[in-house]
Amino acid sequence: MAGLVSRGFSGRRRTGDVKLPPGQYLTEDFPVLSSGPTPQVRTERWEFTITTETGAEHHWDWAALRALPAERFTTDLHCVTKWSKLGTTWEGVSLDTLFAGVETTAGYALAHSYGGYTTNLPLEDLLGGKAWIAFGYGGKDLAAEHGGPARLLVPHLYLWKSAKWVRGIRLMNADTPGFWEGVGYHNYGDPWREQRYWSD
Amino acid sequence: MSTNDDHHLDANAAGGALREIFSVDVTAAGTSCATCAHSFTFAEALLHAWAPGLVGRCPACGEVVFRLVRAPGRAWLDLRGTTCLDIRMPEGR
Ligand SMILES: [Zn+2]
Repeated sequence: MAGLVSRGFSGRRRTGDVKLPPGQYLTEDFPVLSSGPTPQVRTERWEFTITTETGAEHHWDWAALRALPAERFTTDLHCVTKWSKLGTTWEGVSLDTLFAGVETTAGYALAHSYGGYTTNLPLEDLLGGKAWIAFGYGGKDLAAEHGGPARLLVPHLYLWKSAKWVRGIRLMNADTPGFWEGVGYHNYGDPWREQRYWSD
Repeated sequence: MSTNDDHHLDANAAGGALREIFSVDVTAAGTSCATCAHSFTFAEALLHAWAPGLVGRCPACGEVVFRLVRAPGRAWLDLRGTTCLDIRMPEGR
């Protein structure tokens, strides 16, 4: 019945008049995409590291991450395989918080994950309230199949940039293509400009 | 006339050989993992297909041996995890 309630009244968006990025379709479920086996990372052994371009390392274990101020936020997800899922609710720590004590002049970041996945993006796309280390989804702990215990979430870019099972971020003066960016997928991946592949 | 590049050919010269190679069934090729040196038949790679592309992993160590991305009118094949493909060629060429 949600479709009959006016948007202004309920605050909910109806599927009929939602504006999606070009080439995307709406899905209600949350497809699981993965390029390898799902790492089972226990929070007692979890660690997250930011490594600067000079080699300086900043570490957080699970307790340190959870001691930081967390945010609850709602955002839309756009996967390069063409599904979009709207109004997803998350809990996580803003990367602005994690980068507060990090001294860097690097322009680029490479996120890397338990299991070996990597993805690259400009550092500025991780800052300014646009990216989180997320550990809660839909009011629950983030499931391993969706990247738990914690994943990067950069929802303004295609979802492959939101590295599941994130383990660290390496800052670099030069850009380096990640797991998919090295084999045809767009280096930046803006869904609103439909940057799926190299030449897009 | 004498430069360091004298021994280079234009890579178009490899075109015939490459077309011939990719016309055979690569899934039957012997494959050597760049990470652990394990040798296996290409088709034995552990395939993760529910992803933005196809990912093949070494059956011994689990590292990536190939990535294949298909787009309309285009394909990208990354073989950096494979040191060598041992390809059986049809006779008579
Ligand atoms: Zn191997």
